Amino acid sequence: MTQLAGGSGVTGPAPRAPEPGGPGGRGTSRGGRRRRSARSREESRAGLLLISPTAVIVTVVVVLPILWTVSLAFQSVRLLNIRTTGVFGQYTLENFTDVLTSPGFLQALLTTVLYSVFGTALAISIGLCAALALRRPFRGRGAVRAAMLLPYVAPVVAATFVWSTMLNPQFGFVNHIGTTYLGWDDPIAFLSARSTPMSLLGWEIEVPTALVTVILFEAWRSFPFAFLFLTARLQAVPETLDEAARVDGATPSQRFGYILWPQLVPTIAVLSVLRFIWTFNNFDDIYLLTGGGAGTEVVSVRVFDYLTARGDIGAAAAQALVLAAILAVLVGVYLRRFGRTGDQP
Amino acid sequence: MSRDTLENRLLAVLRPVVIGVLLIAAVFPFYYMVVLSFRPLNALLQDPGKLWVSVGEVDVGTYTDVLTSVAGGGQGFMTFIRNSLVVALATVVLSLLVAIPGAYAVSRLQFFGRRQISGLFLAVYFFPSILLAVPLFVFFTRIGLRGSLVGLLVVYVAQVAAVSIYMLRNYFDTIPASLEEAAAIDGCTRLQAMRKVALPLAMPAIVSNGLFIFMIAWNEFLFALLFLVERRDRWTVSLGLSQLSGSIEVPTTVLMAGSVILTLPIIVLFFASERLLVGGLTAGAEKG
Repeated sequence: MTQLAGGSGVTGPAPRAPEPGGPGGRGTSRGGRRRRSARSREESRAGLLLISPTAVIVTVVVVLPILWTVSLAFQSVRLLNIRTTGVFGQYTLENFTDVLTSPGFLQALLTTVLYSVFGTALAISIGLCAALALRRPFRGRGAVRAAMLLPYVAPVVAATFVWSTMLNPQFGFVNHIGTTYLGWDDPIAFLSARSTPMSLLGWEIEVPTALVTVILFEAWRSFPFAFLFLTARLQAVPETLDEAARVDGATPSQRFGYILWPQLVPTIAVLSVLRFIWTFNNFDDIYLLTGGGAGTEVVSVRVFDYLTARGDIGAAAAQALVLAAILAVLVGVYLRRFGRTGDQP
Repeated sequence: MSRDTLENRLLAVLRPVVIGVLLIAAVFPFYYMVVLSFRPLNALLQDPGKLWVSVGEVDVGTYTDVLTSVAGGGQGFMTFIRNSLVVALATVVLSLLVAIPGAYAVSRLQFFGRRQISGLFLAVYFFPSILLAVPLFVFFTRIGLRGSLVGLLVVYVAQVAAVSIYMLRNYFDTIPASLEEAAAIDGCTRLQAMRKVALPLAMPAIVSNGLFIFMIAWNEFLFALLFLVERRDRWTVSLGLSQLSGSIEVPTTVLMAGSVILTLPIIVLFFASERLLVGGLTAGAEKG
């Protein structure tokens, strides 16, 4: 849910205070050099004083724990012997070798990547369709827009519970429709079947049912985020451009391809990074929908299992670090490849 | 028929269809939630395709069941609601208390390490929460703070305050500094200028930020699960619903009533403040 904060920089050139000079520079016009330095000293003190409560709490609750994770990842720690483990324990690479060579890890990593890539792509595509469809005003557009944001703001536990009820093989609505009207032979166990055979144009293919379902859930839940930012970006496109193209006889698809699309690309690029990061780290959705079963185990769910069910803290820490490192590398490569688009995310 | 008319006709058909499909997809699960919460379980099992509640069928027993305390034979959601409210409201108050001065400082004042600190706060925002979950789980187990709402509160404040500073900073940046300078010339100290000039002007952003924090804390699941799972009397609504939905003893319709109770405050808050929230989220977009 933290995602909602999206940062206003995403959708356009957000106003940003000029860095050099800044407020400190203003003293120059009024006083001499001595006065400015006294003032800037006072300002620096005030600034540090005002920021310190947050800085302290973030350091204690976020930064130090993460450093400690690094330390834990290199030790052989279990929940049972945690009381005897200090900072200066026996350091070893065992956790990493165990984790990287354990059979499930690479599979979980692959699942995480598939889940993030398809979830992100679907969410942004649907968000784009919604933003384009709702571009022209009509009666009740405001209400429709607000309603489309519901999946995004609703509590994840309630959303997953309703979905799993809807998809329930015994009394779920979807399977009822499927077996009654669509001619399905059997109800589909959307959340617990690893794969379902499906015939498409005579081809028998195995569809990874549960994985597809959680990807669809992710798309459903986060398309409003893309919709919100693409709508804001579309509103900033000057009307005159579109009109000029219309006068020149450009068809709707040409106007989209040559006028709107180029304007939307930077926003879509930033959205892709943001959504990818959040989906890659996502724990709640998959844990609540499938518990990580039926071929949907992503790395974060695996970390959780190691942490709570197995009590193997060292391995959990190592996997969480590998997850963070891979994410950092992927995002780094993306940013390097496609350059910095727009402002800071 | 020219390509232009063809495309226009196609779009005229396609647009309402797309809007309709997406609207149904977005809203239907919530409608389904409400309908199921009023239907008796055996009626649901007999006719799972029915999407309305007939008058004679309406059953509010699900709500009384879910709200009644465990001692009274219910699911004890009243306690969960109290816990969620306490944690969410305390998170809002504490986060704003530390984030407002912080955001003001980052926006207005030059101080040593300003850029590094805001960079750090932004990084917190993108961190995998599962990475943070490992050490905090271990630490809280070790000092015996697991099962306490205070521990949860501290974690929420740390995560949310950093994000709040980032959001509020952007808003403070849009308020002209000259207003505070004028106040300073009139003899205000820096603190007075902040309290009497900048703070009232930033009120819309502060309110929407507060609502946003409330929603995060109310919806949060992972840390509540890690810290509180063993103490049923400390469960939040999210945690309670997820834990009870795993057992087969509680009927689905009763849990649907629980889902409605979990979702309703968020939806009410969202619609009451939608303009404010969406405006705050995309502030700057239109000004580009």
